[in-house]
Amino acid sequence: MRAVRRIYQLFFLGLFFVLLYVATYDRLGGYPVRLFLDSDPLVAVGTVLSTGTLYRALWYGIPILVLTIFLGRFYCGWICPLGTLQDLVSRLGRTTLKRKIEINSYRPYYKLKYLILLAFLTMAVLGVLQVGLLDPIVLLTRAMSTSILPSIDRGDGLLFLSPRDFHLGWIAGLLLVAVLVAAFLRPRLWCKLLCPLGALLGFFSRWSVFHIRRAIEGCDDCRVCVGHCRAGAEPDVSLRKSECMLLFNCRETCPTDAITFGPDGEGLAYVVPGPDLSRRRITGALLAGLAAPLLIRSRQPVVENPRPYLIRPPGSLPEPEFLERCIKCEACMQICPTNVLQPAMTEAGVEGFWSPVLKNTIGYCEVNCVLCGEVCPTGAIQRITLDQKQGRGEYEGRPVVLGTAFFDRGRCLPWAMNRPCVVCQEVCPTSPKAIKTEEVVVTENGRSIRLKRPQVVPDLCIGCGICEYACPVIDRRAVYVTSVGESRSKKNVMILEK
Amino acid sequence: MERRKFLIQVAKASAAALVVSGTGIWLANRRVEEDETLYRIPDYSVPRDLLAQDFVVARGDDPQGMVEAAVRTMGGIDKFISPGDRVLIKPNVGFDRPPILGATTSPGVVAAVVRLCVEAGAGDVVVADNPINSPAASFARSGVGKAAKEAGGRVHYLSERDFKETMVGGVAITNFSAAVGILGNVSRVIGVPTLKDHNLSGMSFAMKNWYGLLGRGRNRFHQDIHNVIADLAFMLRPTLVIGDATRILMQNGPTGGSPSDVKPGGTIIVSTDAVAVDAFGIELLGRTIADCPSITLAAERGLGSANPNNLRFEEVAV
Repeated sequence: MRAVRRIYQLFFLGLFFVLLYVATYDRLGGYPVRLFLDSDPLVAVGTVLSTGTLYRALWYGIPILVLTIFLGRFYCGWICPLGTLQDLVSRLGRTTLKRKIEINSYRPYYKLKYLILLAFLTMAVLGVLQVGLLDPIVLLTRAMSTSILPSIDRGDGLLFLSPRDFHLGWIAGLLLVAVLVAAFLRPRLWCKLLCPLGALLGFFSRWSVFHIRRAIEGCDDCRVCVGHCRAGAEPDVSLRKSECMLLFNCRETCPTDAITFGPDGEGLAYVVPGPDLSRRRITGALLAGLAAPLLIRSRQPVVENPRPYLIRPPGSLPEPEFLERCIKCEACMQICPTNVLQPAMTEAGVEGFWSPVLKNTIGYCEVNCVLCGEVCPTGAIQRITLDQKQGRGEYEGRPVVLGTAFFDRGRCLPWAMNRPCVVCQEVCPTSPKAIKTEEVVVTENGRSIRLKRPQVVPDLCIGCGICEYACPVIDRRAVYVTSVGESRSKKNVMILEK
Repeated sequence: MERRKFLIQVAKASAAALVVSGTGIWLANRRVEEDETLYRIPDYSVPRDLLAQDFVVARGDDPQGMVEAAVRTMGGIDKFISPGDRVLIKPNVGFDRPPILGATTSPGVVAAVVRLCVEAGAGDVVVADNPINSPAASFARSGVGKAAKEAGGRVHYLSERDFKETMVGGVAITNFSAAVGILGNVSRVIGVPTLKDHNLSGMSFAMKNWYGLLGRGRNRFHQDIHNVIADLAFMLRPTLVIGDATRILMQNGPTGGSPSDVKPGGTIIVSTDAVAVDAFGIELLGRTIADCPSITLAAERGLGSANPNNLRFEEVAV
């Protein structure tokens, strides 16, 4: 069984990386790039609590929950790519059985993950969705997309044609490194101590019909099984079903074959069904979950007081609904062909940390692209069509607007320094162009210069940001986009409607 | 024994000190040799006297037939491409736009040029550009990528490592980052530009098409755009230019954005002289040479002719 489990693990790890590799514009081909996020039960449960709906393919997580009810946490041991990565790291270390027994024994503080989960889910009910901060699939996708892959290839053509940069992307990468270093010190420490998805599956394992069993007769209490149990499930005394990840290490290493897998029966040691949580601790977690949203939202709502640099991807829901859905997986950032989508640091408040915002100095929103909405597993960025985005067909005259461009005439070359330029006007993708130029003739040192000076046409500007991206005043651009006029908000407007 | 131990320790310490100070002295005197030899783009042109014509205009509505007829009238593709030649075909695939918007070279024209080169026995036919928008998206949406591959060519997306500082030696640009990774690997270059309106330069066509072989910092070119465009004609001496005016982006260029900005042109222009192609193109846009100063600037520098009628000129109907 252990060999079979390892094959499954390597298969799913490989699949994870293949799907990540093809999740870029250059290699599009209808691959199911959302598969791991869509089938993540914590994403499903979290968004159901925050929105009351199950978006698109998130029901894929339900079969995993159902199977967990019968089998226990097979997902952790057999599928989760973060678990597999930790297992691979743990293999680097060699140590004695005595030491292994010590580091693999159950610790009472492993119940912390259940408290974290309870707090997260309470917050979700109140509309603050933060499960993605620690969800293993989300964590790994985020670290790979915004940190590890962009560091591996700096535009050599292997993964990307040009370097991809993510603002403070290393923070996400560092979290992954920390998880792996911890696994080196103690196998699957992350899973045992913090993982909220593991905790969710641990709760559902309570009813599992099949589980690891220890025959009381035949067990000579050698504790070899504990030394090999990376899940900290105490197979040597009373197996903790909520901790067991079905790794089968105990069964394979038991010298007397006292450990088997199957339903309850005669002559078997007692099995602990659920996590040992006292009422006090549960109350504490619930209170923390209730208090956090109050603290997080103790500021003027973004709806009433829009933030200029909170520019969301095309198809994004209004900010409150967006935050109820975004899990910060950064799948949108991985697929974005121009690198414009960046993890928010402070732009979207504490709640929106790591959520996607457009930074037009790094990229711009391609008018012919709706991929971010295509890969978003939770619908924070809705699926839209090109017609919808560009305002054609049934959406005639109502394109998706992300914001509005403004000129800084003190820095714009034709305005401030009488130098020809208007790159912004050249790249503006709308027809007619949302940047118009006015021809002037100025006299400088007795020489007359013919100049075109750019100006924004607010009714035509869609806030795509390519003007800002292409502006040659590269440190602080002479034209820049802010969120005003974004079509997802009814309040963030400046122009009187005709 | 104590003394002996002490002496050994001193010897070890002295050896270590020697290594450290020696390395320090070596490093202190070391100068990193900077590679100051800049890449120079070779001349890809063929001798004029072998050709039947200098400038051919084909009219009709079949891109394939027009390209073939025009090149035949020039003297035949074998005057330009010898068996085994590695050919770069440089269309304008600057934007992630469908062909109908006229912002990119028609796929049919690119396919016709690729096919001619393949039939002439070229060893490698590579189609490349450095688009404003994402390369993969631009080649896909414009239809040029698929057309080039089906015709037997290969599409190369320029990546960061293809670019290297290059000697331009022009009036406005001296050195610039160019697609050396591809220019250095081919023996022939054929420009396949498309005729477009351009607010600042007056027109985007043959000379401006070479923009797409340059890398980062191109957005500074607008500050002296006419001289820069003439510099590009100086920088790159092509084997052939095959100008696509089968449809013309008349306004809102160079991006376009609406089919109403485009009108049918029914014309293919073939010449070895990019300046002359531009001079012909500006009239198709309904403008004069005065509207596109780079033509006169380039002609004054002897980079080509501002008047195609002064060349061996032939017009064919297909």
